[in-house]
Amino acid sequence: MAVHAIKRGVSFYSYQEEYFLGQLGIEDCIRESAGFGALGIEIIPEQMMRGYPHITDDFYRQWHGWMDKYGTTPVASDLFIDTKKFPDRWLTVQEQVESVERDLEIAHRLGVTEIRAIINTPPEVMEGAAPRAEQLGLRLLLEVHAPFHYEHPWILRHLEVMHRLQSPALGFMPDMGTYVERFPRVVTDHARRQGGREDLLDLIVATYDAHGDVHGLMDTVYYMGGGPIETGMARQATHYTWNDPRNMLPYMPYIHHIQAKFYEMTDEGVEYSIPYDKIIPVLIEGGYSGYLSSEYEGNRHIQDAFPVDSLEQVRRQHSMFQRLLGTGTETDTDTAKA
Amino acid sequence: MFDKYIIVTEGFRNTTTDGGTPDTVSGYELGIRLPYYRGLGLSMVESIDLIVDGTPVPAESLTLTVHGNSYAVTDLATVFDDRWEMGEIATLRVAQPGGLAPGSHDISVAQRLRISYMPVPGGGRDAKTLELPEL
Repeated sequence: MAVHAIKRGVSFYSYQEEYFLGQLGIEDCIRESAGFGALGIEIIPEQMMRGYPHITDDFYRQWHGWMDKYGTTPVASDLFIDTKKFPDRWLTVQEQVESVERDLEIAHRLGVTEIRAIINTPPEVMEGAAPRAEQLGLRLLLEVHAPFHYEHPWILRHLEVMHRLQSPALGFMPDMGTYVERFPRVVTDHARRQGGREDLLDLIVATYDAHGDVHGLMDTVYYMGGGPIETGMARQATHYTWNDPRNMLPYMPYIHHIQAKFYEMTDEGVEYSIPYDKIIPVLIEGGYSGYLSSEYEGNRHIQDAFPVDSLEQVRRQHSMFQRLLGTGTETDTDTAKA
Repeated sequence: MFDKYIIVTEGFRNTTTDGGTPDTVSGYELGIRLPYYRGLGLSMVESIDLIVDGTPVPAESLTLTVHGNSYAVTDLATVFDDRWEMGEIATLRVAQPGGLAPGSHDISVAQRLRISYMPVPGGGRDAKTLELPEL
């Protein structure tokens, strides 16, 4: 195993099912994550921090107290921009910059350094917010989320800004949902439970798994008599993407955080559709030294029929990470002691 | 993604004015949640459509209460300084003198949400049969 400095963490996006239902609070999420060595914490303020954007001093005190208590590190926060806040107009660029700056202040108080800029953040807003991020010592990272990739025109517009400004505050946060090699079977099983036609579900999975042309798949499925269930699943097939993970290598200088998306950790301890055994060696080769931050997104596909256990899913992903990252790194020595 | 959790099974009841007696029933209420993985500013809640026993309830008779703050549903588009938190159970109150008869009622709630990064309307719907208790 090559020497590396990759660290393990978790986005609390992963625990949305249990948090939504009031079964887990923020402290529970921190304690349980620390228990399996996911020591880098990523939080979505709009999801879990009551009263957002007006967060009390008491909350921040408690937050840092929890970090001390459980030996965790605040690493990342995720921002949104409500461009459609008003019914009759979009936010201006200046208003969007102000929205980002507000979230940068919150990130600063949380003590994180990496901020996820949602994929719809315009390049000119990244440019406008970069100076404040620099002042605060933060990095504003555009998520590279499926179906986007590094040669996509939208990403190229962002790269133009990054190349031109050469700001240490701008970069990328790749979402591993861009490396879906096999169609997630939790999605297929869900469509089947809803009564989806077997031959059409098979066609969608076969087309995706062959990395075939999915552009006309919704239409094809519709022409063949598919209804909302089958065309809905075909639409999902157009939103997952498979790329060679090596496509990250040229952009490593811009990559400072990884959202380790997953849909299903199987009983065998692997992600059914995203080949982390192909991804992690690339990150090691590229000298990536940030966090692998778990992002479980399987709950929505199984909640109709099965109890959701997000903690168990994240725990399994971290067992896999430990295996693929090898032992003996500083991080894992710490984990073993914890 | 959280459609099935929109309608809360507890809290469905007739509401009364001061007296609290059956002759002062002013309407009814139920608990509902956003079908979304984060909280949302109320101005982006474009509609809340309630159907009771197959009959649509006029939006003009609906009031939404989040963490103690009440708003006419038809005014939500102009509420820029308050949010409906993720998973928060809001109270949807219906002004209807006499309320509903105790017993089973088929409730359907659909919400349309303006999600900034989505090119199509967001939201969700849920339908449950709830039991209205005697006062």
